[in-house]
Amino acid sequence: MSIGHTLLGLLESGPRHGYDLKRAFDEKFGHDRPLHYGQVYSTMSRLLKNGLVVVDGIEAGDGPERKRYAITEAGVTDVERWLATPEKPEPYLQSTLYTKLVLALLTHRDAADILDTQRAEHLRNMRVLTDRKRKGDLADQLICDHALFHLEADLRWLELTAARLDRLREAVTR
Amino acid sequence: MSARPSPATAPTEALRAAPSIPQWARDLRMGAKFAVTGGREGWVRLLLTAVGVGLGVALLLLTTAIPSALAVRHQRDQDRQDYTYGPQRPKAANTLVIGDADTSYHGKDVRGRLVEPEGPRAPIAPGLTGYPAPGDMVVSPALKELLDSGDGRLLRERLPYRIVGTIGESGLIGSHELAYYAGAKNLAPRINGWQTARITEFGPQQPARAESPDPVLLLLVLVVFVVLLMPVAVFIAAAVRFGGERRDRRLAALRLVGSDSHMTRRIAAGEALAGSLVGLVFGTVFFLLGRQLAGSVEVMDVSVFPSYLNPAPALAALVAVAVPAAAVLVTLFALRGVVIEPLGVVRTARPRRRRLWWRLLLPLGGLAMLAPMIGQGRTNGSFNEYLVIGGVLLLLVGVTALLPWVVESVVARLGNGGVAWQLAVRRLQLSSGSAARMVNGIAVAVAGAIAMQMLLAGVQDDYTKSTGQDTERVQMQVSLPRGVPLIPAAEKFTTTRGVRKVTALGTAELADRTWQRGKEPNAATQLTVGTCASLREVARLPSCRDGDVFVSTGGDTDGDAVKLARPGRVLHLDTSNGPDAGRDAVWTVPARLKQARTITGPIGDTSGGLLLTPAAADAQVNRTLSGSVYLGVDDSVPDAHEYVRNTAAAVDPLANAALWASTERSTQFTSIRTGLFVGAVCVLALIGASLLVSQLEQLRERRRLLSALVAFGTRRRTLSLSVLWQTAIPIALGLLLSSAVGLTLGVVLLKMVGATVSVDWPSVLSMTGVGAGVVLAVTLLSLPPLLRLMRPEGLRTE
Amino acid sequence: MTAPPGSLLAAHGLRKTYGPTTALDGAEFSIHPGEVVAVMGPSGSGKSTLLHCLAGIVTPDSGSITYDGRELTTMSDAERSALRRSEFGFVFQFGQLVPELTCVENVALPLRLNGTARKEAERAALAWMERLEVDDLARKRPGEVSGGQGQRVAVARALVTNPRLLFADEPTGALDSLNGERVMELLTDAARSANAAVVLVTHEARVAAYSDREIVVRDGKSRDMERLV
Repeated sequence: MSIGHTLLGLLESGPRHGYDLKRAFDEKFGHDRPLHYGQVYSTMSRLLKNGLVVVDGIEAGDGPERKRYAITEAGVTDVERWLATPEKPEPYLQSTLYTKLVLALLTHRDAADILDTQRAEHLRNMRVLTDRKRKGDLADQLICDHALFHLEADLRWLELTAARLDRLREAVTR
Repeated sequence: MSARPSPATAPTEALRAAPSIPQWARDLRMGAKFAVTGGREGWVRLLLTAVGVGLGVALLLLTTAIPSALAVRHQRDQDRQDYTYGPQRPKAANTLVIGDADTSYHGKDVRGRLVEPEGPRAPIAPGLTGYPAPGDMVVSPALKELLDSGDGRLLRERLPYRIVGTIGESGLIGSHELAYYAGAKNLAPRINGWQTARITEFGPQQPARAESPDPVLLLLVLVVFVVLLMPVAVFIAAAVRFGGERRDRRLAALRLVGSDSHMTRRIAAGEALAGSLVGLVFGTVFFLLGRQLAGSVEVMDVSVFPSYLNPAPALAALVAVAVPAAAVLVTLFALRGVVIEPLGVVRTARPRRRRLWWRLLLPLGGLAMLAPMIGQGRTNGSFNEYLVIGGVLLLLVGVTALLPWVVESVVARLGNGGVAWQLAVRRLQLSSGSAARMVNGIAVAVAGAIAMQMLLAGVQDDYTKSTGQDTERVQMQVSLPRGVPLIPAAEKFTTTRGVRKVTALGTAELADRTWQRGKEPNAATQLTVGTCASLREVARLPSCRDGDVFVSTGGDTDGDAVKLARPGRVLHLDTSNGPDAGRDAVWTVPARLKQARTITGPIGDTSGGLLLTPAAADAQVNRTLSGSVYLGVDDSVPDAHEYVRNTAAAVDPLANAALWASTERSTQFTSIRTGLFVGAVCVLALIGASLLVSQLEQLRERRRLLSALVAFGTRRRTLSLSVLWQTAIPIALGLLLSSAVGLTLGVVLLKMVGATVSVDWPSVLSMTGVGAGVVLAVTLLSLPPLLRLMRPEGLRTE
Repeated sequence: MTAPPGSLLAAHGLRKTYGPTTALDGAEFSIHPGEVVAVMGPSGSGKSTLLHCLAGIVTPDSGSITYDGRELTTMSDAERSALRRSEFGFVFQFGQLVPELTCVENVALPLRLNGTARKEAERAALAWMERLEVDDLARKRPGEVSGGQGQRVAVARALVTNPRLLFADEPTGALDSLNGERVMELLTDAARSANAAVVLVTHEARVAAYSDREIVVRDGKSRDMERLV
């Protein structure tokens, strides 16, 4: 899961202080693992260095939490590209996908697109596996089947999520 | 563990061994409940069964009502009888002069009477409140309707009376009878002892003696009933099995929740019982509707009033008990070959091929029962009713037993053909039993009807007299009442439209003595008056001029012509009836007599006697003549017969115009044959309806398959044809078998009554034709739903 | 819009309503010769209706379908039936084999509908049954074979006319995964070797994985997943 892209995405709706960013992140994606301040600072400084964000203003006082960041054009493009790129189909990627979905909903992008893209990627992978299975021996078949069943489970999740997208949008933007 | 007997099974076994009556009742009730609470499907099934049973019950009730209907008809007919053959009686306060003016119009008989009451206490005909004044008439409702319509134009001309009222139901023998009473003047001189008479009452002169039933007639009636009721029974048996497969699935579900197989059977019987009870109600309604309908239809000139059709209470009660009981029995019998397991239905009957021997036993047994009675006929006493009924029943039941075997073995051998043929044949191979079951009713009906028609056709010869009439020369004959001037009447026919040739002959009887009561003349001969041209129709004349008198000899009935025809001899004309009744009228044989040779006359006889040209006949002779006008009619002229009848009525209302036929049928048999044919057609229609219902049910169950077949491009024609074959093959086999059995039974029955054995092909063809028509109708009627089911929407399920 | 170049069957702007329900709402589709395209989507999304429209079983309310340069929507019913008989093959989920015909007769049926003589048709049918490894069932009736065997018989029947386009609507819907996969393997192998294109309607991803390309139908609209990757 890319924290940088996530924080960038959160900035799209408007400039924020570092502290606000952490709170927003924790609230939407942190669940049981809140972000450390240190992670925020280091990520933000990397983004700053790459020109994806700029410092919008500094409040009186000291320390990075006083800095207010804003996203740049390059930053928006970067988020865009990240959202559009399907994840490599592998186990336990739903947290990343979930983050992407929420961000897309927050930034009023087409969340269904993300799901469909991912779905297409999954199916392409399944095709490759199916093909290998047809040509391979029993061992290949068993290995491929294992992967196929997992991918199928993911795909089912994607389908289910696509069907519940409207409810998710309501929950996220409330 | 297995060593210990399970305590649970023991009491169950005991129960199974002897189910108590309350348990029977409980299970039947439960089944009945299932029948009405089975959701939409259950309702449809119940309805199908009920309609089937209902139709059967209605037919049964109708059949039981027929004897009473015929009795009422007969009674009505008796009650209005005007006995014209009685002794002459003087005019009095209680006399009525009545003349028979029957006619027919477009092939339908019209009962006509001219009436002239002679006193205040003249008898009133049934259905009338008073007599119309001269020039007026009261008519039956059907005649009124006919006269008011455009179709009745020519009849209106014939009956130039003013309609002043209608005849009540009690004066008619059918709702469609055409009848009238017209008031007349001066009828008394027309009294002749047969057509016109003076009467004091209506009704049979003496209580109609019950004729000792003709054994052949009794045989006919027995067989007709068996023949008509058998298919109804077969039909009811098929009706309670409607939707049987779905029912079986439901029963399997019952087994799953724990009912034992005996309980399941009883529950199934309960379902059938519910259906047949509803069917009883339906049947009663159908019957009442049919009864009303019966009043509005007319079959071959026979119509009845609804009130005639009252089934005998005992028979109706029998129907009410027997039908539900039969439904339960049939269901139990049908489930005999089915093992209902908790997880589905296993048919045990299927793998076993049907065996022939016991199926053959039934018809052979039937033949054996009938055989001893062969040749008993009318001369050798009566038939054993039980053997007749039993034999006919067994033969017909034999059809239902043989048909499944025939269908199975023929269908198994049916080979190549188009796709439609293949689909149909394969389907029949898989379920030949149900196909045969559906056709059984038709086969039985046709077999019975063919046998009956054959018997009737054969027996009819005994009851049919050859009239000897030569329809080549003459097509119509008009009989003029005595005293109507012959030559002017003949003139009128000459100018009637459609008449080609007119031969007018007047006849009278001549004798050596006066025709007084009790004193029969010793010698008599016939006197015939006609123009030269007309006389040439009865005798070869050397030459002829008006005024000539001939003695014609050489025929069968010359009588005492030669003896009496002595010039100058005074002969006495027969005046025992007619205007001069009782008065002596004489005719003197003229001096100059020519000889003539008798030839075959227009009526087909060769009767000689004295032939007079018109100028040779004096007024005395003319008054006693009974004239007949023989007409050659051009049948290609539309309504030619009606024009002739109109002219006849214009000449004299009592003139009787008759259409010639080369043979005269015994009307009794014509009506039985017609009734049988109509009954058989009704039964076939009923069975056709049930065929249609099961066909549709089957199509609905195959909706998805049909859609799939359409998807890969099956033509509608192919599927329609396969539906046609599927019905046509079993019916064709059924018709073949039933023709064979019917002909056999017909031959046996004919031998029984000692009549010549000949096959009545028209009836075989017409019955098989009706059967084939049913196939076609069923196929045609199932096409629209088939095409609807073939629409791709059928694929759109789940 | 014209059909994509080189496509065997292409549909554009398909709309179809059944009473108040909209089954298709501007769906698009195209398939190339020899291509296997999966049509996926939730139940009630309109994927079966799309298949029925493409196969000329159902006429859409509006839109165009071109097969091999010919417009399907303006053809008469008889023409479309003839097309289905000669150029298309069909496999459905169930209820498609005629229960009273033997398996080989079922397979031979489409050939016989086209007028092939019975013997010849059954010889060809037997050859196809051999390829689908069900030739030993030839003389059995559908009621006597298992679901998987029945589907293989159905596949043989769909391919016996050497169709250019095979329509399969949930062909494995009633089968367990092992049988389902075997049917899919045989179906796609056979179709590929005969160079028949396949329109495969399914809701199972592992079945769809036998395709070359995937279309998703949602609320009557189609989405070509290829263009997303």
